[in-house]
Amino acid sequence: MAEGNIAIDVRNAVKRFGAVTALAGASLTIRDNEFFTLLGPSGCGKTTLLRLIAGFEEITEGEILLYGEDIGALPPNRRPINTVFQHYALFPHMTVAENVAFGMRRLRWSKADIEDQTGRILDLVKLGDLAARRPAQLSGGQQQRVALARAMAPGPKVLLLDEPLSALDLKLRQAMRIELKQIQKETGITFVFVTHDQEEALTMSDRIAVMSAGEIRQVGTPREIYEAPVDRFVADFIGETNVLDVTVHRGPEGVWTCRLPGGAAFPCQTGRPPQDGAAAHVLIRPERLSLVSEAACENGMTGVIDQAVYLGTDIQYGVRLDGGPALLVRAQNAGESAEPFRPGDRVGLAIAPGAARLLID
Amino acid sequence: MAAELASTRAVSRTFEPVRAPLLIPTWVIIGFFLVAPVLMMLAYSFLTKEFRGGVIWEFSLAAYDQFIFDRGLFGDEPPQIEWTYIVIFVRSIIQAGVATLLCLIIGFPTAYFIATRPRATRSMWLFLVTVPYWVNLLIRTVSMKFLIRDNGPLNEALLGLGVINEPIALINTDFAVQLGLFYSYLPFMVLPIYASVERYDFALSEAAADLYANRWTILRRVILPIVRPGIVAGCILVFVPSLGAFLAPDLLGGAKNFLIGSLIEEQFKGNAGNWPFGAAASMILLSLVLIALFIYARRQARRSAQAL
Repeated sequence: MAEGNIAIDVRNAVKRFGAVTALAGASLTIRDNEFFTLLGPSGCGKTTLLRLIAGFEEITEGEILLYGEDIGALPPNRRPINTVFQHYALFPHMTVAENVAFGMRRLRWSKADIEDQTGRILDLVKLGDLAARRPAQLSGGQQQRVALARAMAPGPKVLLLDEPLSALDLKLRQAMRIELKQIQKETGITFVFVTHDQEEALTMSDRIAVMSAGEIRQVGTPREIYEAPVDRFVADFIGETNVLDVTVHRGPEGVWTCRLPGGAAFPCQTGRPPQDGAAAHVLIRPERLSLVSEAACENGMTGVIDQAVYLGTDIQYGVRLDGGPALLVRAQNAGESAEPFRPGDRVGLAIAPGAARLLID
Repeated sequence: MAAELASTRAVSRTFEPVRAPLLIPTWVIIGFFLVAPVLMMLAYSFLTKEFRGGVIWEFSLAAYDQFIFDRGLFGDEPPQIEWTYIVIFVRSIIQAGVATLLCLIIGFPTAYFIATRPRATRSMWLFLVTVPYWVNLLIRTVSMKFLIRDNGPLNEALLGLGVINEPIALINTDFAVQLGLFYSYLPFMVLPIYASVERYDFALSEAAADLYANRWTILRRVILPIVRPGIVAGCILVFVPSLGAFLAPDLLGGAKNFLIGSLIEEQFKGNAGNWPFGAAASMILLSLVLIALFIYARRQARRSAQAL
């Protein structure tokens, strides 16, 4: 299977519910074999887009292609796509095995094939010994696995997952992330995963589409989304971040320099060249900043430590710059001996190379 | 798991000390209005009849004997099975069954429709379903008689529209009785089904559609099995009173084809009645209904035991 093979092609999809526009012209392509995540805050249209792909909602404008074929007019039962529902929607009157066999029965698989596949899929999700139970007799995590098994059993081309982990507790959720990713790799099914949890999106996805207010703001790999967000919304939504007001100045050899109101200056990265001297925002992730002694500071970013928060693996410092904004700095916890900075201390900041990114709104 | 099950079975202990006194009114009402009348009928059915109505306090199996055996006009011939009353029972069961089926066919879509309306308008629809029942059953049945008689509005309208050339004979037919029973008991079907459809999670329909089920399959394999308790409750609530009804059969069936309800009613009316025989017929009816319900309950219990 070629990497670039397109599984789902959404072209300018619009969905309106009466006067409310849930999806305002979204376009994206999801590749074959990909773990693709729709990420955004609640109400951003990610679930609407998922339901359009599944066929539960009728598209208002635009089209959705599945392997090149327009599926916009097909009802959900005619689309070779299956869904794992947020609250699982398991059939309460059927056993686990009957739930899993439901889709295959409708497709008129032979009895032997259904039995084979049910056994295989239940083993895959590690529920082999619970086949005769009813959903009400299972724990939340087990129900989640049944929902996954039921959706995968008929061998869909694309599997849609609507916040499937949101009802599980943290430990289980973390374990399921790894397992889901593994299952996706093993089966080679294209996963379209909806979540509002950025950590979930970053850890599992091949690519992520960040959505807001019915629009797609950015599509990219987790690294691209995290390190090179295209706008302030994406930067704020994905992880903690420092956003600073600066002016940009062209330096020698196409290097751009950001200048803070207080006078400090440092080089920055940018995708699109801005105007010389323009006001802009610059984004620096807290973990790409480090504390140095005031004397060793080269870029003029000096200030006082406001607070230090112990986070276990990390220590997060709040630093108020001289004549300027406050920043968050995250340093790895290297043990008590290596903790020379305390609130009230004067410090300088060092920026890792390439860590300062210019945002153009 | 076990702990969860145990906790659902645990009953609140808050009211334990006062539970018995609080239950006294319930026991009095059930005893006075349910247990006592049934025991009285049971006793009457084993007594001797008084010719002007009423009973003589003397043990006798005559009422049951009369129901089952034919011993000729003077009671001196060898006993043969008496078919008259058995036929009446079978006919009543069929009539009640058809009425229940009619209620189900109309009641299920109605209940489904109401349960799928926006929450705010549901109570209005439910209210509309019950509006006709603010009128007395007798009045409603008589109005039905006027509606469907040969020169009534229904036939007049159909004639006027040219759909038919002659009035359809509706009144005094079995169908008229079924129609009357259907109209009498429809809400008893709609309300319990509504209650279970209202609790139904429509994500299950989406899940079924997602797994390649068409509408019919969704209805048959998912919705109906899940709302079945409501359907069963509705059927019982319609079937049981239909079985003993006498207003609709008398007024709409023209008392031509006797049903159990009318048979029993006759025995207690005026001077021509036979109280022990009426009581015996009631007891036989009651036993049949109870046996049917018991068998159903047993099957249900076995089914849910399998589920666990």
